[in-house]
Order: sequence, then structure tokens, then C-alpha cells
Amino acid sequence: MSDPLLEVRDLHVDIPLAHGSLRAVRGIDFHVDRGELLCIVGESGCGKSLTSLALMNLLPSRARRRAAALRFAGQDLTALPERRMADLRGNRMAMIFQEPMTSLNPAYTIGNQLTEALTRHRRVTAAQARDRAVHLLERVGITAAASRLGQYPHQLSGGLRQRVMIAMALMCGPELIIADEPTTALDVTIQAQILHLLRELQREFGMAVVLITHDLGVVARIADRVAVMYAGEIVETGRVDALFAAPAHPYTRGLLACIPVPGRTRPGEMLGSIPGIVPSLTGNLDGCAFRNRCGEARDICARTVPWGHGAGGQAVRCVNAGVA
Amino acid sequence: MTDTLSLATHLPPRSLLAGALRRVLGHHGLMLGGIILLFVALVAIFAPLLAPHDPYAQNLSRRLIPPIWHAKGTWEHVLGTDKLGRDYLSRLIYGSRLSLMIGLSATLISGLIGTTLGVLAGYFGGRTDAVINYLITTRLAMPVVLVALAVASLVGGSLQVVILVLGLLLWDRFAVVTRSATMQVCHGDYIAAAQAIGCSTSRILLSELLPNILNALIVVATLEMAHAILLEATLSFLGLGVPPPAPSWGLMIAEGKQYMFFSPWVITIPGVTLLVLVLAINLVGDGIRDASAPENRN
Amino acid sequence: MTAPVLELRDVRKIYPISRGLFAKPARLAAVDGVDLVINRGETLALVGESGSGKTTIARMLLGLLEPTAGQILVDGQALDPARRKAMARRIQPIFQDPYSSLNPRKTVSQIVGLPLVVHGIGTAAERRARVAEMLDVVGLARRHADAYPNQMSGGQRQRVAIARALVMRPDVVICDEPTSALDVSVQAQILNLLVSLRRDFGLTYLFISHNLAVVEHLADRVAVMYLGRLVEQAGRAELFAHPRHPYTRALLASVLTPEPGLGVPDPGLGGSFPNPIAPPPGCGFHPRCARAADRCRIDVPQPSAVPGGIVSCHLPLEQGLS
Repeated sequence: MSDPLLEVRDLHVDIPLAHGSLRAVRGIDFHVDRGELLCIVGESGCGKSLTSLALMNLLPSRARRRAAALRFAGQDLTALPERRMADLRGNRMAMIFQEPMTSLNPAYTIGNQLTEALTRHRRVTAAQARDRAVHLLERVGITAAASRLGQYPHQLSGGLRQRVMIAMALMCGPELIIADEPTTALDVTIQAQILHLLRELQREFGMAVVLITHDLGVVARIADRVAVMYAGEIVETGRVDALFAAPAHPYTRGLLACIPVPGRTRPGEMLGSIPGIVPSLTGNLDGCAFRNRCGEARDICARTVPWGHGAGGQAVRCVNAGVA
Repeated sequence: MTDTLSLATHLPPRSLLAGALRRVLGHHGLMLGGIILLFVALVAIFAPLLAPHDPYAQNLSRRLIPPIWHAKGTWEHVLGTDKLGRDYLSRLIYGSRLSLMIGLSATLISGLIGTTLGVLAGYFGGRTDAVINYLITTRLAMPVVLVALAVASLVGGSLQVVILVLGLLLWDRFAVVTRSATMQVCHGDYIAAAQAIGCSTSRILLSELLPNILNALIVVATLEMAHAILLEATLSFLGLGVPPPAPSWGLMIAEGKQYMFFSPWVITIPGVTLLVLVLAINLVGDGIRDASAPENRN
Repeated sequence: MTAPVLELRDVRKIYPISRGLFAKPARLAAVDGVDLVINRGETLALVGESGSGKTTIARMLLGLLEPTAGQILVDGQALDPARRKAMARRIQPIFQDPYSSLNPRKTVSQIVGLPLVVHGIGTAAERRARVAEMLDVVGLARRHADAYPNQMSGGQRQRVAIARALVMRPDVVICDEPTSALDVSVQAQILNLLVSLRRDFGLTYLFISHNLAVVEHLADRVAVMYLGRLVEQAGRAELFAHPRHPYTRALLASVLTPEPGLGVPDPGLGGSFPNPIAPPPGCGFHPRCARAADRCRIDVPQPSAVPGGIVSCHLPLEQGLS
């Protein structure tokens, strides 16, 4: 069993405020093996986007990151100076953002941005970079790729732009791709096409992918493993089939009960819901952050939250989960 | 969906007022400008009580007495006298009245014109917008000072003429800013909701739209006030503004021109007060913009 | 037989796109000849992606846009601008973005009470009582009446928007993607609220959405739009079981249910994308349609009745194939 490609232990992200600080990510552990697709899923404010930025060291200047271990291919990322980190970014670790409108520079052509991604990291001629760009554009399903190189981002639709972003991420043949809600801003049919493409490319190139999303449907269809985040913590993590077959954490169960599934939920019947709201992430947060919304909360939940195991072998942060 | 960062900057204030007050008091430029402005306003209001002499009283036997920090200065005329023996401090104090009044009235008139045009252009778009844009462009093509001079020379300079001319010429920035602020607000669905409810256009513009562009409007108003005050000084300096013997600061600078090398205080004192007033107004305008910016980011 | 409360007859909305001083303006057909009927008490879902024209139809029904051609009938009477205010009492919207559909400078009670003020309903005291009652109905605590929108969460703001929409007891509510901008757990609460309000107030919903799972949960009938035209209409069960139009089938295939092991299907739509300004000749869907024939590139398909609904396709899918 080889070492994981990406290993994260006890990652914290804090944002200092006028009074106190916002503890946005509160000590999460996860890993990604070579060639596997991990989905980090959670609702808004759970800290998933900040996690992805923390991995790439692209957090906004106010935010502070610390971790017991943050290793990529054995290399310690926390100790890496920014110059070396910039060598890694776009090269062995690539990122795809949510908003294709704003992630591409409107002042430069597609070809320019694609080739720059390669020439920044490799000693190749301009012609070689162009050839690879054309090859990748065709691979992501863009027809007439050579003529597209001279186009500007505003001349492309949202779906095309996102394909360009994927091609750009692939230019240097990365080992890891971090995709932060890559299809949320796209139409449903385009979303399916892009996700299908991503899965194909991942299998073909043997890349590891960390996909951040709020959509449990996406998670179910595309993930190998899942990590569910709530209020800055990972509350459940495991193989996708195990998690969906027998979700162990009350939050995961609550989320799944909220979603109408054609063919399964009866039309017009009341959907499940999770009462209450997410607790404030400033100040003291002892015990389980979910306890004020949990139907199975016990006194001990206010003090400690042990890791247990769910029925399918997934790791669960809940005192009610049996130890399998 | 909000992300964690916007949650961080967006922790709900107890009320809009408490949040605003906290930002205002924390902003140094705003506090400094505000205090200076308040001071000048109080001086202007209480001018009759503060001025030691009548600003119009001439006394030719006491011409060009230097201010108190010169060897020949006297306490009777703390800032000296001008070429006609009028007490400088009193003229300065009464001059503040003139500057502020002109600033306020001209800003009021130009604000009304410019805001109306800007809001109509931004809200209705289409042909209305095209026509109003044409008007704005035409106005921008005119050099303000020359037009003001031309009008003043035709009609004769007076306080009313100056106010009217400035009011009718300085509305362009109002129009441009309120137009883009209106267009931005109209992107919000609450305007569409008001229309769907059946609100009349006037109710939408006055009750739903205007409170939301007020921030931008106030910033422009303060900056245009500074602009108007400076322009009035320019016009008076050129002889086509407020006519003598009014204690306009611009006029005082003009009158002191010939004595610049021998009695430099005649020109520097009103120059400095003009600078300080305009700076204060600019600081207040910038400060309001900064203080309201995080809210605007929502 | 329930009577139609809303009817669209050959409605079109064409925008001229200026191409400079000397070229003839291009024609953006946001809505290109739509016939639609909404019956009293039913929930009709209008489904489509960006550029389909569904939002434009919503705005025309609300009186915010004038149709370029065609007629809109409310209870058999034409919707004309002069009587827009009277129509407003009967048709109200709920918009997608709870962060921009409420005036940030007004309190919740001012927002919810605005329709009553505009239409002169009741005295000030009666209006206050009605607003408080609406807050109860949508599940908001009464203390929220004096709060500002920026002090409330997305779900709470959407409840305010719902209270505002219902305060005049309208007959029809146009819901334009009311849950798309909300978290999953909040979405469920709002959907539950919409379902119970529909029952308690006897409302007719025009529910616009791109989320077919939600549509399947809520709708009685479904109408599918593509590039400004209606391509299919059917009852909910029939449409989900036996889609007739290739686009409907692709849409349904794109629904990612939380069922692991099924993978992400390729909807088979190819690489081109719909461009509303230069729509393809003939059937607007043909560049992306696996079944396209020569006829599809020339003739615009007309609506034809099939068992269970109406479809506009030269080569509709047979029943039994889905």
C-alpha cells in the first residue's frame, strides 16, 4: 500500500476579526491516494472552499493556516517557501475554480493563457506549447481547437470556458487536481458533460482529484471517497457506496433526507429537514458543533466527540456511531 | 451562496446605525474633516457674535496693518487690515458665510438637476438614457470657468448669478454617478418586485431606489460642494464673481495680489483658509465613501 | 374541468441587438411563439436552461415586460398595461436570489406591507395585523418584523419574500427558481413551506426551475423550453417516465440523483452550445440532437398532440423508449 499522494492532518484556517477570530476550518484530517477522486461535500459556510485554498496556499492575506501535516507526494507543504510552492502550482497540483467567467483573464487570448501555463514550468518551445494546447482542447471536447486559440474568454460560453479551464489545469500533466465547485455555475446538461469528462480524464491520466461541492447527487455519481464537512470539521468520511447506503452521522442522514429523489420520494410529501442553524464559528466551540440540531444529542456531546465507525466502515465523528 | 469569508465580514450589526457609527468614529480622515467643517460652520453661523469689527467698515488711516505676529501688529486687528483698512479677521469670518452658502446652494441646485437626470437615465434606459447621455456629454464639453465668465460678463456678477451659474453647470458628476448607482440598484430583484406589486414609478424611484443610492449621492455632494467653493473663489478672483465689497475669500485674494510681496499675509491668509475648508470637505467625502463601502460590497 | 387562469397565445419577445450604426440590428428571440395554458389550482413547472426564455415568460406574466407579439390572458381577459395594478393583486412573484429581492433599506414589516400600502388595503392597524399574520404563516418569529434583511439568513429572507408575495392573497404565484440559491437543508424547508401554502391558500404555481428533482417533487404538469420555444408539455408522471423530445430525455439523463454506482452519464449532446442570438435554422435543437435529420435543419417543428401531452419534434421518441 503506497503512501497517499496528499495527506492533511489537523488543518486549521483562522480569520482574525475585530473581536476574536473566525475559526473557519477546525482541525480536519483527510488524505487522497493516487488516482482516486475524493469529494468534500458540505453546505455554505462549512469551510470547504477555504480548505481547497489552504492546500494551494492561496488563502486571502487575512487568513491564517496551520496544520500538523500537509504533505504532497512526501513533500511538506507547510515549510515550503512561496517560490517553491509556485513551482508546484499549475505544475503538479492544479486548480479549477467555480466561476469560469472570472477565472480566465479577459485581456488575454485562450491560447496565451494555455501556453503560459506550460511555459512557466517546462522548457518547451512556443510551438510545442501550442501543440499541446490544441491537443488538450480537443481532448476536452472543443471542436476547431486551433482556431479557438486566438479567441478571448468573452467569446466563449460558460461551458466552453470551463472546458478551457480543465485543459489549462492539464497542461503540465498534474498529479493532483483540486476542483472547487467546478460545475455549480453551469447548466444541468453542461454539468453532466463536464463531470463525465472530468471522470474520463482522471481515469485516463491517473490523476487524483479533490472535488469540492455542495451537491450530494454529484458526490454519489462521481466520487470514490467522500468527506462530509460541517461547521469547519469533517464529520464523516468513507467510501461513497458505504456512506450512501448507511450514512452514520446524523448530519449526513439529515442532508440525504432533504433531497427529493425522482422515483423515491413521493411527490408532494414533506421533505426531511434539519432544524436550527449553523452555530457561529467565532468563540468557543467545545464538543460537537451539530448537537443543537441533532435529534440524538446526549450530554456527552457538549464535551467530547470521539471518532467511531459506521456500518460500512466509514469514519464518523459521533458518539452514537458504533465501533464496528 | 455566502462563503465563510463573507460571513466573517458580515456578522450582523445590532442595527444599521450602530454599525455606521462605529465606522464613522473609527475613520481618522472623516473625523478630522468633520471637525474642521463643523468648526467653520459654527463660525459662519455665529459670525456676528465672533467678528470683532464690521467687515465693511473702512478706515483709510489704518491701512495694511500687519497681523499680530509681526512687529507692528496690534491686538485690535489680530490678522491685520487690508488696503482699505477693513479688519481682516472679520472679513475672513464673514467670508466663511459666503463660501458655505454658495457651496450649499450651488450643490443643492446642481444636485437636484443631476440626480433627477441620472436616476431617470439609469431607471428607464433606452432612448431616455441616450438623450441624457448626450446632454451630459455636451455639458462635459463645455469649459465651466469660461462659460461662467461669459455669463457673468453678460449679466453682471452678483451673488445670485454666481449661485445660479454654478448650480446650472456643476450637475454632470451627479448625473454620471447617480446613473451608474441607479443601474446597479436596478439589477436587484427588489425593484422588479416593487414593479410587480404595482408600485407607481414615482414611488419606486423615491421610496425604493433613492435610499439605496444615497451613499453615493452624499459622497458626490460633498465633493461638488468643495468644487463649487473653489470655483466661486476663482470667479471672484477673476473679477466676475461676487462683486466687491463682499468679503469673499476669492475676492480677498484678488485684492491682495498687488501687495503680495510687501504684505504677503493679505494673500496667504484667505488662501490658507480656502485650502483648509476644501481639504476638510474632501476628507469628509472620502471618509463617507470609505465608511459606507463595506456595506456596499453586499 | 378546471378553467385556465393564465394563458399565453403565440407570445413572442424579440430584442433588437444593435450591431453598430450601419448594420441592421440582430434579432434576439428570447421567446419565440409560445402557447401555454395554466389551470386554476395546478402547479405548472417551466423547465429549461439558460437562454431558454423561461425567465422572460415569467417577467411578461408579471407585467414587467411587454410581449412583442401575442396575447397573455388572465382569466380570459387580456393583460394590458393600463390594468397592470389590478393584475398585480392576482399574480405575485418569488424571485431566486434572496439577497437581492429584498430592499436592504427597509424593515421586514415595511417590505411585507408594501403591497397593502400600494393597493390601499386596510387601515394602518389592519395592515400591521396582516403582516404579523403572514410572518406566522411563513414560520418567522414576530420579532423579525423590525429586522433588516442583512440581519437574516438566506432561508429567512426567502420566507420574507414568500410572505410579501402572499400578503394580498393572490391567485397565482410565479416562483422563479425560489430555492436554487439556498443550501440543501434550507431548500427542503422552503419547498415544504411552498407545498403547505399551496394547500392552505389554494394557490396556482408557475414553478420555474432547472432542478428536475425538485420539479418532479412539486409539479402537476411540466413544460420544457429550449431557445425560446416550447418543445414538450406533459403531466409530470408521463414526462418523467416517457419523455418524447430528445432534449427532455437529455435533461432527465443529466439529473444526478444521490445513487452511487450509476456514474455520470454523457447526455450525448455533442460539443456545440446554444446561442440565442444566432439560433440554428429549423429546429433550434438540431445541432445537439443525435437523431437530427435533414428536415430538422429546415422546418421549425410545430406542436403536435401525443398521448399524454404535446411535443414539438419532427422525430419524437416513441413511447416505451426513455
